[in-house]
Amino acid sequence: MDIKAKIIDQEGLNRTLTRLAHEILEKNKGSNNLVLIGMRTRGEFIAERIREKIKEIDKSDPNFGVLDITLYRDDFRTRLKQPEVSVTNITIDLNDRDIILIDDVLYTGRTVRAALDALMDLGRPNTIQLCVLVDRGHRELPIRADFIGKNIPTSINEEVRVRIKETDGEDAVYLVNAPNKN
Amino acid sequence: MRTILKQALLLNPEQKLNQKNDLMIEDGVIVKIGSLKEDDYKSAQVIECENKICVPGLFDMHVHLREPGREDEETVETGSNAAAAGGFTGVACMPNTTPDIDSAEIVRFIKEKSKEHLVDVYPVGAATLSRKGEALSPMYELFEAGAVAFSDDGVAIKSAEILRNVLEYSKNFGAPVIEHCEDESMAEGAMNEGLVSTTLGLPGIPSVAEDLIVARDIMVAEFTGGKVHIAHISSKNSVELVRQAKKRGLNVTAEAAPHHFSLTEESLKTYDTNYKMNPPLRTRTDVEAIIEGLKDGTIDCIASDHAPHAIEEKEMEFIYAPNGILGLETQLGLVLSELVHKKKLTISQLVEKMSINPRKILNISVPLIKEGEKANLTVIDPEIIWTVDISKFKSKAKNSPFDKRLLTGKSFAVINKGKIYMNESFRQI
Amino acid sequence: MSLSNRHLLGLNGVSREDLQLILDTATTFREVLERPIKKVPTLQGKTIVNLFFEDSTRTRISFELAQKRLSADTINFSTSTSSVKKGETFKDTVRNIEAMKVDMIVVRHKSAGVPQYLTRISKANIINAGDGLHEHPTQGLLDMYSIRERLGKIEGLKVCIVGDVAHSRVALSNIFGLKTMGAEVSVCGPMTMIPYGIESLGVKVYTTIDEAIKKNDVLNVLRIQLERNAGTRIPSLREYHNYFGITTERINRLNKEILILHPGPINRGVEISSEVADGPYQVILDQVTNGVAVRMAVLYLLGTMH
Repeated sequence: MDIKAKIIDQEGLNRTLTRLAHEILEKNKGSNNLVLIGMRTRGEFIAERIREKIKEIDKSDPNFGVLDITLYRDDFRTRLKQPEVSVTNITIDLNDRDIILIDDVLYTGRTVRAALDALMDLGRPNTIQLCVLVDRGHRELPIRADFIGKNIPTSINEEVRVRIKETDGEDAVYLVNAPNKN
Repeated sequence: MRTILKQALLLNPEQKLNQKNDLMIEDGVIVKIGSLKEDDYKSAQVIECENKICVPGLFDMHVHLREPGREDEETVETGSNAAAAGGFTGVACMPNTTPDIDSAEIVRFIKEKSKEHLVDVYPVGAATLSRKGEALSPMYELFEAGAVAFSDDGVAIKSAEILRNVLEYSKNFGAPVIEHCEDESMAEGAMNEGLVSTTLGLPGIPSVAEDLIVARDIMVAEFTGGKVHIAHISSKNSVELVRQAKKRGLNVTAEAAPHHFSLTEESLKTYDTNYKMNPPLRTRTDVEAIIEGLKDGTIDCIASDHAPHAIEEKEMEFIYAPNGILGLETQLGLVLSELVHKKKLTISQLVEKMSINPRKILNISVPLIKEGEKANLTVIDPEIIWTVDISKFKSKAKNSPFDKRLLTGKSFAVINKGKIYMNESFRQI
Repeated sequence: MSLSNRHLLGLNGVSREDLQLILDTATTFREVLERPIKKVPTLQGKTIVNLFFEDSTRTRISFELAQKRLSADTINFSTSTSSVKKGETFKDTVRNIEAMKVDMIVVRHKSAGVPQYLTRISKANIINAGDGLHEHPTQGLLDMYSIRERLGKIEGLKVCIVGDVAHSRVALSNIFGLKTMGAEVSVCGPMTMIPYGIESLGVKVYTTIDEAIKKNDVLNVLRIQLERNAGTRIPSLREYHNYFGITTERINRLNKEILILHPGPINRGVEISSEVADGPYQVILDQVTNGVAVRMAVLYLLGTMH
């Protein structure tokens, strides 16, 4: 990993998640009708953290699920490696719910597009709101986030790496040089 | 016209001939062996035969020429060309044509077709009408027209009773009965029955299907005193049955096909229909028994079972594809590579099994390498290394599993009926 | 993770990693099948031909459903007459179909080896849906999936295949797949229905059904095909049922918990009694559902491979 800068550290991440939880609660007037849905893999853990924050702040436990969007991807033909599928785990009925779709980085918007298709196949929610830890720009589809941890303008040669304890052993967000694609 | 084979090893075990010498042919007749004078070379075509072996013309006693009926697969002419290219001056062709060779007209038709060709073609007559195993064919008539043996090849003669009658009747004129040994009721499969067929999910034909008919034929031959020749023997137990029969002094002979001593059922693992034949390729143990049988004389001859099939017929689902492969143009190379060079057979044994014995079984006189005799010769280059290329085959068909195989030894020239085949072309000599 | 071969011709020679990947991927699709909308867009734009040269409504429907649920375009080509009879060669039939630009071919044929042959004449991914007496790999996989789903594992289990093993493509796929996954596999049936050399594949042969039930955790009961056996390999269906049929009475007498699989269609009262076919030990209908999930997994893994 060719690090250019550490953008968010452990404490910063914690503060950001707290703020996001507040914003979500405020906009939705509580957590009653909410379903937090984390997108595999890091989105799942970020969603889990936000759920803990909401428990602390609102003394309520919002509904929770995990979404795997592999089957909805549009890049099977162009990727070099075959993506591994895993199971979507959403046990509650999504009809008429307010869904907070949670991911780590918002970039081209294609992953979110796939997630929206996947959610539509599971039911007809009242709203779907997008929450991301980092928005790095460069959208290829008309998609925007409702809740953003941090806007980080990047060049196309850079990447944003979110590292969290559950999968990477630390809480931090880095700006790195993109690995040489040749 | 005068042709000189210079410094060939002249080899004919039948005459106890084994000497390196010059041989002069004039108008198709051997006129002089050795001590050639300068005069003799005048206007003679000299063929350099250093390191080559000149033997009595090879004979393949089991080929399918498909004419009449399937001229799209092979004709008497293309089959004879393939024979010449493979080193043969004579072949016996099987009666399973359409119609079958069960009338004198068809025997004459085939004889007529081959009259002008270098290669002698001897039809084998059907033993029963339409090879159905019900009524005897006009065997005497067929014999007089030129049939040298009788067979229902493709299948065994159906019942012991008919076999008995065929054997008895043929005694009147001494022609042998050639048997395709396979018990029909056990022969529904597409390959040898065993672990390989189980793994491949192909229906199997057990080797006992062959052994049963070999045993039956030997017993009926003993009972009648008739002459039975076991075609394309392929199983270990069948070889043993023939060995015992010979020990008892019975009039039983046998032949083996090159694929049965050079390939095993393992080859079928790719489901290539070019490995589908009948009798099927069997196990390593069977292959060893065939080679042992050839060594100790239990198996008298090597014959190709040359079976041309149209490309579209072989390019079919395995269970529907027809049995059989081409043999004429690979046989000599396989015998030299697999048996002679591997020290299983001597070159003299090769001559016995590919020239002398088949003719003796069919009551055809064995060509002699002797002054005054008609030249009926094959010149073998035993050391040349070559790659089988089906696109160069003279046969009309292309169904050979030996394509791209590297072989050591092949025919250099064949001479018969005042003609020579050499360098891929025929000439008068 | 990808499969190491771009075709699925059989389970013979398929690695444990690949089997594991297919079974794990099938779990994902099992979840999709529980959704209100049982369809994902994964194979959008892919064209799959179901080439059935032999009747098989169930397998064809299962494949077709799997394809539709992955949003692939499917064409069905079914004929029970061989190309020989039509005068068109098999190769020409396939070339014709391939000229329509297909990505995958699912093939069922009376002759073993046809899927292998297809890999030589077509560029498509080939999936064997049953060839002759050879293999039926997706059936083998769904059997393994069903066993794993019910018993939590495959390794170490004892599985016995009961019935006409010699004329079953399901048997061979089960034997190869289960053995690779670490199960002990045996067969049981009249010896006229046990193929030559089966012991050499590391398979034990039981001659009595009671012993087979006693010694095994799972029975995979094969269909007895009436037309194939009339009088030549078994005297009668009644005698078969009396000596090899799976009945509650037999299972109870042996006081044995045992999982019963059957690839269908069932001949009730022949290889299996109605009480067993509907009883607590069987997973026969689960097998059907799992079949769709397993086939989706195979189609997905081969269809998105590079």
